[in-house]
Amino acid sequence: MAIDLPTASRPPRVAFYNDPKIRSVAYQLALCVVIGVLVYGAATNAIDNLERAHIASGFGFWNENAGFDISQTLIQYSSQASTYGRAFWVGLLNTLLVAGLGVVFATVIGFIVGIARLSSNWLVAKAATGYVEIIRNLPLLLQLLFWYNAVLKALPAVRDSIHILGGTVVNNRGVFLPRPIFKSGFGIVEITIAAGILASIVFYLWARRRQERTGEQAPLLWTALALIVGLPLIVAAAMGFPVAFDFPEAGRFNISGGIEVLPEFAALLFGLSIYTAAFIAEVVRAGILSVSRGQTEAAYSLGLRPGPTLRLIVVPQAMRVIIPPLTSQYLNLTKNSSLAVAIGYPDLVQVFTGTVLNQTGQAVEVVAITMLVYLTISLVTSLLMNLYNSRMALVER
Amino acid sequence: MKRSLTMLIAAAVMGLAASSVSAQTLNAVKSRGMLNCGANGTLAGFGLPDAQGKWTGLDVDVCRAIAAAIFNDATKVKFVPLSAKDRFTALQSGEVDVLVRNTTWTSSRDTSLGLNFTGVDYYDGQGFMVRKALKVNSALELGDASVCVQQGTTTELNLADYFRGHNMKLKTVTFATANEAVKAYDSGRCDAYTTDASGLYAERLRLANPDDHIVLPEIISKEPLGPAVRHGDDQWFDVVKWVLFAMVNAEELNITSKNIDEMVKSTNPAIKRFVGTEGNYGEQLGLTKDWAVRIVKLVGNYGEVFDRNVGAGSPLKIDRGLNKLWNKGGIQYAPPIR
Repeated sequence: MAIDLPTASRPPRVAFYNDPKIRSVAYQLALCVVIGVLVYGAATNAIDNLERAHIASGFGFWNENAGFDISQTLIQYSSQASTYGRAFWVGLLNTLLVAGLGVVFATVIGFIVGIARLSSNWLVAKAATGYVEIIRNLPLLLQLLFWYNAVLKALPAVRDSIHILGGTVVNNRGVFLPRPIFKSGFGIVEITIAAGILASIVFYLWARRRQERTGEQAPLLWTALALIVGLPLIVAAAMGFPVAFDFPEAGRFNISGGIEVLPEFAALLFGLSIYTAAFIAEVVRAGILSVSRGQTEAAYSLGLRPGPTLRLIVVPQAMRVIIPPLTSQYLNLTKNSSLAVAIGYPDLVQVFTGTVLNQTGQAVEVVAITMLVYLTISLVTSLLMNLYNSRMALVER
Repeated sequence: MKRSLTMLIAAAVMGLAASSVSAQTLNAVKSRGMLNCGANGTLAGFGLPDAQGKWTGLDVDVCRAIAAAIFNDATKVKFVPLSAKDRFTALQSGEVDVLVRNTTWTSSRDTSLGLNFTGVDYYDGQGFMVRKALKVNSALELGDASVCVQQGTTTELNLADYFRGHNMKLKTVTFATANEAVKAYDSGRCDAYTTDASGLYAERLRLANPDDHIVLPEIISKEPLGPAVRHGDDQWFDVVKWVLFAMVNAEELNITSKNIDEMVKSTNPAIKRFVGTEGNYGEQLGLTKDWAVRIVKLVGNYGEVFDRNVGAGSPLKIDRGLNKLWNKGGIQYAPPIR
């Protein structure tokens, strides 16, 4: 049984086309070439066809005058002076507004409902279950149409507007809030607010260190409220309230003045928030259930009450399970906001892929830009959530 | 071969059928045995399927006339309902052969959108509808009003222009389809609804209480509505153009679906050229000698089609106005067949 060392150390000779390494590289190269050819073919074919049909192409339309009106504009926009590019930004900001607020509301409602589903109170738990099962099993588009028509039908006409104390007006054209106008001297109030926030942070850091040292807790919430709200109020009162209000007033047809909240916006925000909240509630429930029961029991045996147990022991551990699927829900909400087109809210898809595309006829460019924008928003959202996730992740020592 | 294969795959990927964009639409339609026609689908009088799925309307009948001229069968049309927003993309990509969807002929649509308008089947203009209770008698009193409008239309632009031109403030609420815009107007979201005057009369019939609404007298724009085809296929452009001209010429020559059989025997030279007993004008178009006879027999002349869809013989009862023939006080006019 002599071992022939030299032959054993040399690998068996195989043809190069049978070498698994070379093979896998060759396959991947071939795949890349096929994909490249397909993309190239599709692009040149599209360009050929556009040229043959004499359809305009390129991005020259960006600086052309738009000429149409948009109902909600967060930045200066007018049909006579603004370009298609400006219309794009108006639409994008409207999308970001509804998506941003929707994420906040959906998270708050979702957490409340998710925790309520696990409540020991039978009625609360069943009500939360009913909410989740009904809302998440109906198509979103249907819900949006329902809320929009429900909102419109429930609200009175302009002449029968509901006037709420403080100058707010509600009718089927929207909700009109008084718009504050800051007079000179308000800057000092603003400085006081900033100082209050800074002082609160300092107080928070001091209180935390003291608690770690002595175990004593400080009334954080009340101190912060007094510093951020109370102090500026006192300063403003001392200066005789340098704020005026632009109250909404009834005109010939509409309410003018004030801050206007469109019913389309309200319906979309409401619909998106409660729809996504149903999914977030399930994510939260799953996260909480993933924390072992022993954690809660240990907390109780240390003398913690149910509230602090949930807040300090269960939720921080559940967050590790919650955050990744929560990110998907945020992305879904942002993308679902494009259903705005059905109820007349001027989001990016309605303004840009709708009116601008139709007027310029440049489908390829407009759709490509819109896809790029949604991709960017989604990737940025994921990036932020992943950063948050890595902060929350279990630190192993 | 390799290039054509990649082209084929690429075309499938892009959803742009390369062949249908090229110059052979007539042959493609013939070999398919069916005309794909982009139509409205929700506008009474122009394009609307009834409960049995049978389409009626002025635009719809123009499509039927094209099918009649090609196949001698006015039923060989597949109607594709399109929203104002999607209609041009559908035509550009070859999903439909012809777009007859109350579409306004404008210079940019004729050029940079890659379309060719073949004529005008209805001379229209934009108007406003309001509630009677508002006591508004003129569009000039609409300053600061909320106006519901459909997206992707010349209407949307004219509206902004008109209010800007008269220094009036405007609140537009834009919807993707006319259905949604009308529903929002009906529920009180807007003070006024604006679209082409013909559309206002048609939509008013669908409101909860049609009698509570009036159409204001102002016509704020020119809206020549007509069929459109893609750039780059002159033969198909000619076919669609002359089908509409044949309908107008038939009315001018007093040829109707009732008397067409006698007219075929006529000795009047203009009528002989029309019915194909003299000359070979149909063949020059790539059709048959009796192409115009088929149109009139199976669909009718322009007057008949107008009357039964939007005129006195229809629920809309729109006055012919500008759409009368040129020799009867209107501006409908067709070049002669010769």
